[in-house]
Amino acid sequence: MPFLVESISEALKLIVTLDQDLVRATATTLQVSVASTAIAALFSLPLALLIARFDFAGKSWVVTLLRTALALPTVVIGLAVYAFIARNAPLGSWQLLFTPTAIIIGQVCLIIPLITALAHSAVQSRITLIYEEARLLGAPPIAAFWLTVKELRLGILTAFLAGFGRVISEVGISLVLGGNIRGVTRTLTTAISLKTSQGDFAHAFALGIVLLSMVLLINAAIRSGHMEREV
Amino acid sequence: MIPSRSTPRDWRATHAVRACGWLLLAVLLAAGACDSREAARRPIRMATTTSTANTGLLDSLLAVYEHERGRKVEFIAVGTGMALRHGEEGDVDLLLVHAPDAEEAFVAAGYGVERVPVMWNDFVVLGPSEDPANVRSSTSPVDALRRIATAKADFISRGDDSGTHKKERALWQAAGIEPTGSWYLETGQGMGATLTLGQEKRAYTLSDRGTFLARRDELELVILFEGDPALHNPYALIAISPERYPDRNHAGARDLIAWMTSSRAQALIAEYRVNGHQLFHPAALPASH
Repeated sequence: MPFLVESISEALKLIVTLDQDLVRATATTLQVSVASTAIAALFSLPLALLIARFDFAGKSWVVTLLRTALALPTVVIGLAVYAFIARNAPLGSWQLLFTPTAIIIGQVCLIIPLITALAHSAVQSRITLIYEEARLLGAPPIAAFWLTVKELRLGILTAFLAGFGRVISEVGISLVLGGNIRGVTRTLTTAISLKTSQGDFAHAFALGIVLLSMVLLINAAIRSGHMEREV
Repeated sequence: MIPSRSTPRDWRATHAVRACGWLLLAVLLAAGACDSREAARRPIRMATTTSTANTGLLDSLLAVYEHERGRKVEFIAVGTGMALRHGEEGDVDLLLVHAPDAEEAFVAAGYGVERVPVMWNDFVVLGPSEDPANVRSSTSPVDALRRIATAKADFISRGDDSGTHKKERALWQAAGIEPTGSWYLETGQGMGATLTLGQEKRAYTLSDRGTFLARRDELELVILFEGDPALHNPYALIAISPERYPDRNHAGARDLIAWMTSSRAQALIAEYRVNGHQLFHPAALPASH
């Protein structure tokens, strides 16, 4: 119990002194999480909109499979990607293992189903209505599509943020594919698990506080940007 | 539903720009991740065990190495089982591990060049100070495990195919006991996490002395048996075979091995202290340079 209190001052100390390990782990974490969320969003958003907008055979199965993929354990995804990028594997010559890129690949696989499923359920009830209305009012198809996305942006944004939250907090993929190399692939979460196994609970918890504070800042920034546009 | 403040042409343009921005950002970040690795001189990549990393020894040694030789070392700290696996797959340039039998098999199978002894510490049997199984009066490590099994006192096993786990299993085998039952708990985690669990459960466990000493001040577990030759724990470096994996960084691996076995690095290993305790003993014959 005392380490929880100690960890607060530890977190402050790490931030104020700009602890080099913390700065690099934070930079790696942000780089990897933002990249994987952005890349996954590029795939997920069109996918979610298409599934929501159009009816096709087996649609309910696609949605069921997406929801099932939400339960994929991170280590399993890590091992699946490892099978492709290890030295002896098909893509071994690309030398991706133990790089930030490897983590990004794994995390993209992790959250494509998540963002797609959440964005789909956020837009499915209204997408057809808004799209048809925009078309009736004379917007060409692509413009009508953009308008629909804009109208439904809150639900979509929430799906993106859920994806971001999932990747920034996951450990399994980062450990298996990144290797927790200090200064290279060490993220905040793998540093937390290292500090925990070293018995340095206060430091581990302090890193958790840093991680959450960072996500809070990001969410607050997005919120104020969002409210600005609403006015 | 269409907002009155903008015309379709307007928002179409802004959104296209914004989408392009996101795309660019994603590509840049991904490319940056690749680039930063290409730019640096090719680092030496080593798979090692949790004990060398958890005690802080490697961070301290490699900082000196990187400074003196201008080469970067990236190490991945996993159990010895996983480290050997990374070696077999050619994912790393060299290994620093502590499981002599598995290492010999690794080299014999053609994955590694040779075992180069670099340092040693020893295993200790830990437990609660009240010692319900009376391990204190055992005559050998095998006897100690027999007493624990007979008393059905809680015993925590690493259960992760690490060097420590391999040693523990060898001792059980020598004792002729197949440890099963509710008193035998496998964590499947590193030594640090296993010590934490042992502490909470007031259980017995086998630990390398280094990890235990590094954590000693906060633990109530005490050493109940030590000093037997059967508990010797040698660490060796193995470079990955250039014949099998020609494109690995063999020059880097050779250089690091030469440095680690030099009298300079061996002295650093002997001097390394955590909480005032020496954790590792040098084992390599001083090299000529």
